[in-house]
Formats: sequence, C-alpha cells, structure tokens
Amino acid sequence: MSVSVLQYCSTTFAITLLAPWVPVVGLEIHAQISSNSKLFSGSQVQFAAPPNSLVSFFDASLPGTLPVLNRRCVEAAVMTGLALNCSINKKSLFDRKHYFYADLPAGYQITQQRVPIAVNGSLSYSLCIDNKMSQMVTKTVRIKQIQLEQDSGKSLHDDTRSQTLVDLNRAGVGLMEVVMEPDMCCGEEAAAAVRELQLILQTLGSSQAVMSEGQLRVDANVSVHHPGEPYGVRTEVKNINSIRFLAKAVDYEIQRQIKELESGRTILNETRAFDSKLGCTVPMRDKEGKQDYRFMPEPNLPPLILYDAKSLPANMNHQQVVNIDWIHERLPDLPSVKRAKLVERYGILPEHSFTLLNEDGLSEFFEDVIKQTQMKPKKVIGWILKDLLSYLKKHSLTVKESPVSSFLLADLLNRLEEKEISSTAAKQVFAELWKGEGKTPLEIVKEKKLQLIQDQKDLEQICQTVMAIKAGNRKVLNKLIGLVQRETQGRSNPVLVKQLLEKKLSE
Amino acid sequence: MMGNTMSLVSAALKEGRVAPTELCQRCLSLIKSTKFLNAYITVAEETALKQAEESEKRYRRGQPLGVLDGIPIAVKDNFNTAGIETTCASNMLKGYISPYNATVVQKLLDQGAVLLGKTNLDEFAMGSGSTDGVFGPVRNPWSYSRQYKEKSVPKSHSEDKDSNWVITGGSSGGSAAAVSSFTCFAALGSDTGGSTRNPAAHCGVVGLKPTYGLISRHGLIPLVNSMDVPGILTRCVDDAAVVLGSLAGHDPKDSTTIQDNFKPFELSNLPDVSKLSIGIPKEYHAPGLSSEILALWSKAADLFKNAGAKVIEVSLPHTRYSIVCYHVLCTAEVASNMARFDGLEYGHRSDMNKSTESMYAATRREGFNDVVRGRILSGNYFMLKQNYENYFIKAQKVRRLIANDFVKVFGSGVDILLTPTTLSDAVPYTEFIKEDNRTRSAQDDILTQAANMAGLPAINVPTALSERGLPVGLQFIGRSFQEKQLLTVAKWFEKQVKFPTIQLEEVKRHDHGVFQHQKSASFL
Repeated sequence: MSVSVLQYCSTTFAITLLAPWVPVVGLEIHAQISSNSKLFSGSQVQFAAPPNSLVSFFDASLPGTLPVLNRRCVEAAVMTGLALNCSINKKSLFDRKHYFYADLPAGYQITQQRVPIAVNGSLSYSLCIDNKMSQMVTKTVRIKQIQLEQDSGKSLHDDTRSQTLVDLNRAGVGLMEVVMEPDMCCGEEAAAAVRELQLILQTLGSSQAVMSEGQLRVDANVSVHHPGEPYGVRTEVKNINSIRFLAKAVDYEIQRQIKELESGRTILNETRAFDSKLGCTVPMRDKEGKQDYRFMPEPNLPPLILYDAKSLPANMNHQQVVNIDWIHERLPDLPSVKRAKLVERYGILPEHSFTLLNEDGLSEFFEDVIKQTQMKPKKVIGWILKDLLSYLKKHSLTVKESPVSSFLLADLLNRLEEKEISSTAAKQVFAELWKGEGKTPLEIVKEKKLQLIQDQKDLEQICQTVMAIKAGNRKVLNKLIGLVQRETQGRSNPVLVKQLLEKKLSE
Repeated sequence: MMGNTMSLVSAALKEGRVAPTELCQRCLSLIKSTKFLNAYITVAEETALKQAEESEKRYRRGQPLGVLDGIPIAVKDNFNTAGIETTCASNMLKGYISPYNATVVQKLLDQGAVLLGKTNLDEFAMGSGSTDGVFGPVRNPWSYSRQYKEKSVPKSHSEDKDSNWVITGGSSGGSAAAVSSFTCFAALGSDTGGSTRNPAAHCGVVGLKPTYGLISRHGLIPLVNSMDVPGILTRCVDDAAVVLGSLAGHDPKDSTTIQDNFKPFELSNLPDVSKLSIGIPKEYHAPGLSSEILALWSKAADLFKNAGAKVIEVSLPHTRYSIVCYHVLCTAEVASNMARFDGLEYGHRSDMNKSTESMYAATRREGFNDVVRGRILSGNYFMLKQNYENYFIKAQKVRRLIANDFVKVFGSGVDILLTPTTLSDAVPYTEFIKEDNRTRSAQDDILTQAANMAGLPAINVPTALSERGLPVGLQFIGRSFQEKQLLTVAKWFEKQVKFPTIQLEEVKRHDHGVFQHQKSASFL
C-alpha cells in the first residue's frame, strides 16, 4: 500500500479511456477549539487529564442545568470563518441533535444545524504534480459552512468484561465543524486541503489541530461517477487520524468503489472506517442504525448575535458583544501571506516557502538564522532544508527539539561565509553540533583542526609539492599523502591515497 | 399567626413577637397534622430548624437579612435543592440528591428564608391535577374546610372525608395546598401552561406567573424550556410582589433571563385603577365555562367599570388554537428534555444489563409513568424529519400568531386583560380521574396556557367561593415585564373582593389566632 497517491490518480486516468470515472471527495472536519473552558460550561479543557476530572454539572447533564455560551469559542469560530473567506452570520442559531449514546449524557448534542455561524467560504491550497516540488498547482475548495457544536465524551468498550467505561472530560468541549464541498478528486488533494486548514487554524490559534490528539478529526465523503452523470452513491470514511492516512483512505475508497461498480455491484450509502494497518476501508458496525436526529431549536440559548463596527450598539457592554470587524483587524498573517512574504523578502523559491511553513517553527527558525548571519537567505535556505530538516526527519524531532539552535547554526554559517572553514568542514561541524554536547562551532573547528588553510606559505609549499611531482619528483609524494591524511584525520587508507594521487597527477 | 400574610409575620419577627424557630416549629407540626393532604414529598425538618436558628441569631443581633429572614417557605419538588431530595414525583429521580441549589432557591436562602421542604406535583410537572405523581395525589385543603363541608351533602354516612375530597389542580398542587393550609407563608411553583395559576385558583391563593425571562430557570427541572417560569404562590398580592422582588433579575447561569437589573417594587396601599383600560377577551368565554364563574367574571368587570376604568371587549382570535399548538411544542421539548434520563449518570437505573440499549429502555420504562412516556412518544413523532415541518414548525408559527394577538391588544391601549383562571371550581378526585391526563390537561390549561405561549405575566387572584364552598379565582394578564402594573391591579381587585379565609379544624387546633383575621363580607 505504499504506492504513491499520484499513481492512483494516473490509474484512474488510464481507466478513463475505457469507462471514465470521476471521483468526488468532500470533507467534514471537526476542529477542537483551543480554549480554557468548554463551549457551554466552565469546566477546563485539557488533553489526557484523569478520567472524569473535568466535568461540570452541565457536562454530566444534571437536570436543571443550562448552557451558557463561551465567548472565546465564538471568537475562535469567527476568526476561522474570516480566515476561510466565509460570510459571518450576524445571527446564528443553536439546535439540538438527538441520539442515545453512552458518552452523550444529555441525549442530544447542541449544534448549529439551521443557521451556522459562518457560511460560503473558500480555502486555497497547493499541491505538487508528479511529486515534483517544482511543479506546484493551487486549487480551491469551497467551504459550505462552519458550525459551533459540542464534543461528546469518550466511550471505552471492554468487550471481555462486556462493559462500557465513559469519560466525560471531552464532553462539551467546543468544536468547529468545517464542511468542505465535494470539490476534491483524490487523496492528495484532500490531504493538501486539510494540511492547509490545519496551518490556518494553528496560525490563528483557534485550534491546536493536532490530529493525533483528536483536535482535528476528518471524515471523508467519497463517491465516483461518469462525467455528465449525477454524483454516485457516497460513502463516509471515518477513523482517519493522520493526514497521510487521509490520502491513503480516500484513494483506497475511490479504487474500491470503481472496482465494485465495474464488477457490476453497487455502492452502499454507508459509513466505513479506515484501517491504517491494512491500509483499507471496512464497513463500520453501524452503532446507531438509520438515525433520525430529530433536530429541534435549543430553547435555552437565545440567537447568537454578532456585531460589526456599524451595527455595534453604543450603550452595549463590550464584554458582552463580539465585534466581527475588531476580530478582522487583528487576524494574523495567514500561511499563504506568510509564504508570499518569505518569497518576496528572501528571494527563496515558492516551494521552499511551503516546506518552511509545513514544519512547525521552521520559518521562524529560518528567519532567526537570517537575522544572525551575513549569509544570503538563498544560501541559508539550503542549510535549513537540506541539513537541518533532514537531520530532524531522520531523528523524528520537531524544530523546537533541534539540538542545533538558530544561534549555533548562524554562528556556523558566519564562519563558512567568512571562509574560516570550507563547506565540507561546515557539514562536519554541523554533524558535531547535532550531538548536542554544548560545544560552539569554533571549539569544534579547533578541536577537529578544520580551519581552512589560509596561510600563503603553507599553500605555496603545497602547490610547490604538487609542481614538483608534476615535474617528476616522486619523493615528495609522501608529503602529499600526509596532507590528505591530515585532511581526513588519518582515516584514509595510505595505499589507496597513493594510487589515487599518482593517477591524478599523471592526468 | 399561621394564617397571616407573610408581610404581617415578617413584621412580627422583626418586633420579636415571634421567633423564627418557634414559627418554624409551628409550621413543621402543622405539616405533620395535615400530612393527609400529601402536599409535601420531603419535609426537611432538620435543615429547616437549623436555618431558623441561624435566622434567630441574626434577629438577636438586630441584623436580619430582610423581609424574608425567618419566613418558612416551601419549594416545588422540581427545583434542585442541594442536600435535599429532588424527585419530580418520579421513580426516575426517587432518592436523587442534587449537588446544587436552583438559583431561585439559593436566592431565598440567601435572604434568610427557611426551607421547610419539597412539595408534591404531577410527575415532572406533567398534569393539571397534582394527581399523577409517584407519591400519590395532593388533596385540596378546602376539602376539609368548614365552608366546603357545610355545603357539600355527603351521599351517605359511610362515605367519609375520603371520598369527597377535591383535587388541588396542578401541577404545583403541593405548593398551593401548602400555602392554603398555612403550613408555609410562600411557596415556589412552576408554570408552563398554568401549573401555578390553576392550583392557586383551586386552593384560594395568589398564584403569579412572571414574564418569561424575569426569573432564572437555572435549577428548575424543565418541562418546556421555552415556556417554563418559576411561579410564586402566596396568601396575598403584596407577598407575591415581595417574593418576586427577591427572585427577579439576570442570572448568568440562565441565558434567557433579562440583561437589565430588576428593581424590586412595593405596591401602593391605595391602588388606583380609574385610568386603566381593562380588556375582556371574548375567546375566554370557552366551552365548559361554568355559569358561576361566568357570572363572577362579569361582576368583576363591573367592579372595574364602577371604579372608573375603561372595560372593553377584545379578541384574541388565535387563542383557540393554543391547546393543540401547546401539545406539539410541549411534547417535542419533553421528548428532548427527558432524553438525559438514561440511568447512566444519575437517577434510576434498571438491573437489565444485556446491552446499553436494553438498559436504557428498561430504565426509562421503569422510571417514567405513562403520561411522561406518552408525551415522549408523541414529541418524538412530531420531531421526525418527515413530520417536523407539518407539526413543529406549524406549531411555532401558530405560537407566534397567539403572541401577536396579545401584542395587538396591548398595542391598542389595553393595559390588563381580565379572564377566568379555570373553567370551574375543583372537582372531586373520583370525578377527576375518570378522564385521562391528556384530556384533563387540555381542558384545564385552556384559560392559562396562552400567557405562556406569549411569555406574558399573569396572576390568579382568589375571588370568591363557589356554591359548593370551593375557591374560584380570576386571572389578570399583563404586558411583558409590567409586573408592577399587573400586581397593582391585582391588589386593588383583591381588596374589593375580600376573599374569605379557609376554616380548617387542623389549623384551628394549632393556632387560635387564625380566625380573628377572617373577613366578614365576601364577594358573592
């Protein structure tokens, strides 16, 4: 299953010649709002707290308790809506969605079914063609809506003892459900769109959006049809917990549907789970059967009214209102703007700006290095992407965890720029720095005798030696071998060096 | 003493003529001797006495917390009370002790009131008789009054007081009976379709349903969130104004409460109605309205006319759709609100453990009575995707029309509406249970229900005794948040009609002073 996404896409294309299939992918993404307290209660929000330690009376649905909307969650949703080019509804409504489940204490979820807080947006994302970083295309997916809703608790099924354990810590945490229109056609597009959304959310701070901690959950709606025909029956793929798996799950599902249809079978409108170990989707044990959620207006929450500079009532307590314009003015630079600025300011390639932003903290690291070095940004970027990033990847570390700080790297690059060391030596110093032994580049250079030989007499002597050999004086060859040994710190095989030198000199 | 109004007792406490503990003891012993009324589900004797002692200390220091300090009160058993069982008269919550106080309960306690206990109701407040709770029906104290006994002719000797007793109305029948039988000086009820005003009318007490949003619902176990209002039951209009003043205002825990601060008010001792315009909605001349009440209603209208008020007939054309509309909206919210009772977090849990689903089903079958289950069933039906538009949305539209009727009438210059509260006086229990809960609720809410649809303040004022010697009340409906005007009119009317005091043997034995306040002349 390690076949790349694009191979899938081209397979699809190959089949097209016989019986064309158009895959359609839409996404429903739940992003947990980064806030101190829950959407409708004062309980704290915290990942991996002891079970049921963050549960208010409301979260446990004790009779008589009422929801009180968390202003921070509203602001996070407005921010996200603005960042995704949505129109923000000045009046939105809350609804109850009913179903019985052990981790849903009230028997309903408060959500925004009728009038959500933000609608009609768009998200631009880029992806590379044929896995070539140099060939990037930008695509756009429409955002249908963003709605505020409560998270559920967690059920842990213990099948051996046939019991279910419930943890309500997550129950009532604020979610933004971002609904993306079915504008995508393969796993890689879906993955790129989600990655861009993730970056936006993290930039805004509206969600930490860490998929492995469940702060970003993606469900994919997949169908295939022939061009000119209505969309096919779709399946919903759940249980996708990384962006890489999203691409795999979507592509698997597209291929599965095509195979099914081409063998004359039909697609069921069902929910499927992605099995990351097997790399395929499997029908989910339908926990609720066909559900009628019996939506109803939430009677305990008045309509959510938002203001802008024009509609803001003069006598209103500012603590009580959310001002869309105020939030708009304070939006941070979004990833697309950040990338453009990086390209413009430092003259780096656009694809490099993507890599810089894709790694959390990498663009900041890059800019920190730039500030502390005379080396041209175009050269610095090579060090960042080729050296630092590959070391990080190799050791599965984040930028923050890098043993080489921006200060040390800048110091090293300055020595390189001032020709104190050669670029080969610099790489050696970097490798030493990575060990994190607390040595400075200078100390390493001295210790390892990596200084560039700058002394004119020394160099003249070496050159003379070479000339002498060229002239036929084979005795000085030993001197040359000595120099190679010095350069390689005695690790080179003298016999081999001698053979090589003799060959080179006779050219 | 026991039959006095809260205001008089408050003065007595202040002057030291009676001590809070003594007052509390007297109420507690009266509760015991009137136990057969079944007005209370839980009597919190110990905590009540403790609260009375605390109050007494404050009085001794000369620092009482206000007019409510030391006043014994009762609270309907659908309000959460920390440490005291809250059952909603249901098997589902039998033995349930809430960890928190409802905002209204907390406010009363903060002002020094002594909480005697929790009063009986229809299960989850679903009913109009206070007959459908798991702890049995509430008996109307007037069943045992001299007034009723004199007028009702026992069919035979064998039929003792156990066959003739009449219902309290409901669903706040326990609270109404508690105030009416002098076991407390004020009580909290709840009012969704008339549940405070209806029993108030049948028990001869004042029953106030404030404007929706004026009093916090936090801690009131909901029936219909969009219509529920904590209700106030007292012996006189002035007392209702005092309790209202102590409860009203914004609550950060209830987002549907008003944002503005509420200023408590006192009612003038010489209320004036001469400049008012009183509307008589013709639709309240409903089928089944007893001729007695009809006569009383027009007599009341004449009273206002004679006092110089303008009395005009008005029309609220959509009121007749109120009951059917309420049926849809109420059951839908009930279906939703009751979903939380699944046996997992609290309340009854069935032993059935085959699966989570079977446990839910068994828990809910065992925990809820037929009325609750029936409403859940119809509510879910109305909310089904294919029915939602035809039922729920339509009912919401009709609700808007009903509310707009009131807006139009009040917009035309009418200040207050005058209507009957009930179709007739209280019927005997044996009569009442001949019809099912649904039919009864539909009949009994007919005159009170529209005010809930529109969120308007309304009050029952006890007016006279019927030919059978039972209380009959009339209802005033006011403009939104115009409680002061509403209560002023109610107070004026109260003064005119001089409703007689109940004459109870049980009370007489406990309190010799009770009859000295008896009014000599009555309205009829």
